Amino acid sequence: MQRFLSLAVMITTWAIAAALVHSRLLPSPLTVGATTLAEIRSGELPFQMACTLGRVIGSFAIAMLLGSTMGYAMGRLKPLDRFADSWLVVLINMPALVIIIFAYIWIGLNETAAILAVAINKLPNVIVVMREGARALDPEIDEMARAFQFSRIKRIRHVVIPQLAPYLAASSRSGLSIVWKIVLVVELLGRPNGVGFVLGSAFSLFDMAKILSYAICFIVLMLVIESLVVQPLERRANRWRRRLA
Amino acid sequence: MLELRIDAKSYRSAEGTPIEVVRDLKLQLEAGSFGALIGPSGCGKTTILKIAAGLDTDFRGEVRRPESGRLGMVFQEPRLLAWRTVDQNIRLALPPERAGVDLTDLIETLGLGAHLALYPGELSLGLARRVAIARAFAVDPDFLLLDEPFVSLDEATADRLRGELIALTERTKATTLLVTHDLPEAVQLADRLFFLCDRPTRIVLEQELPPRYTRSKDTVTSISDEMRALAVQAVAGAHGN
Repeated sequence: MQRFLSLAVMITTWAIAAALVHSRLLPSPLTVGATTLAEIRSGELPFQMACTLGRVIGSFAIAMLLGSTMGYAMGRLKPLDRFADSWLVVLINMPALVIIIFAYIWIGLNETAAILAVAINKLPNVIVVMREGARALDPEIDEMARAFQFSRIKRIRHVVIPQLAPYLAASSRSGLSIVWKIVLVVELLGRPNGVGFVLGSAFSLFDMAKILSYAICFIVLMLVIESLVVQPLERRANRWRRRLA
Repeated sequence: MLELRIDAKSYRSAEGTPIEVVRDLKLQLEAGSFGALIGPSGCGKTTILKIAAGLDTDFRGEVRRPESGRLGMVFQEPRLLAWRTVDQNIRLALPPERAGVDLTDLIETLGLGAHLALYPGELSLGLARRVAIARAFAVDPDFLLLDEPFVSLDEATADRLRGELIALTERTKATTLLVTHDLPEAVQLADRLFFLCDRPTRIVLEQELPPRYTRSKDTVTSISDEMRALAVQAVAGAHGN
């Protein structure tokens, strides 16, 4: 109820402000709504969103897979951690834009470069969180698994992953938002389609209605993914914990 | 047959100084028999058990475990997977060739039938310990290691579980090594007692007990008193040297 109310207040404020200013630089909610409908009907908006979503999924998957493996390895192996830690510090502090430019220059203005650039931007964050997770693994449970000769697959599935689940959830949550923000920048700089590209061209035309309608649609899409995919997965992984209460 | 020879075992303390835990320990246990290690708290009993289990290989000496050597182990804490149900906890420990085996008898013996769908966090300590015992027996071990499995349980529950343990070891004929500081418990359960002294620990006295069926509650008490006297003498002798 409160959420609904706050949303209503926000839209009303926006409508009043737009009516007072009366400029095409601040279109009213109705104008934005009409633009959105028109874009959806023409098939333009679904197409551009699909392009962006594809890149988000691709780079998110790469970053999570590589980041978890590397973070786990660094958390478990002290020498590797000491060796790779300085690289990690460099990567964490590298501006997203620099990585994107490097990728486009070295790999070319193509899809591989775009997806890789986003994945590398997200990577250090996953590594740091998963390294903490690997360090926190319970050595007593590990000993039990060795005593009962758990196979490697059994250990990963039933001993390691459940203990890493909260860390996986945390890094994928923060990851999804980082990834989609950076994907838009990558598209703006070097792709001929996607929401970032559209925002770029709308910016050069000062088309605020289009910018707002694409931005809002994309935020809504990400919220839907968060509540329909990420949250249910998290609830499932924490089933055993909730019943303790 | 279990043969354990530990010439030296030490570990580094938090300050970095080495602490010698075990020195010149020799232990032999016949296949199918039940041995008990008895010693003061903190003397290194758990360390010896971990070496016997093959979980700790950082020592000088040699371990020879029973042939085929399927190991069942009950740790001092239940060590269950908090994120798996009781049933899954027991079944996950099974070797692949026993994957589909019927465990109803074992589960009923240990009174776990009503709790299979629960998570370990929902169990009392007594129940969690029973799950840990069930897990160790479910693998049908040739070699069973128990690290103070009944500590911090109320006496009635502990006594019932001891009875169940005797029944299970007699049925499975597992070579069993129990660590305890409770002498009457050891006398009630074991065929052979090994007394340990303080750190660096070694065996100061080894005693064979009369067959288990001849031991009633009263004889357990009298044997315990007799053993305690012998152990005190042996420890005094060891310190005299």
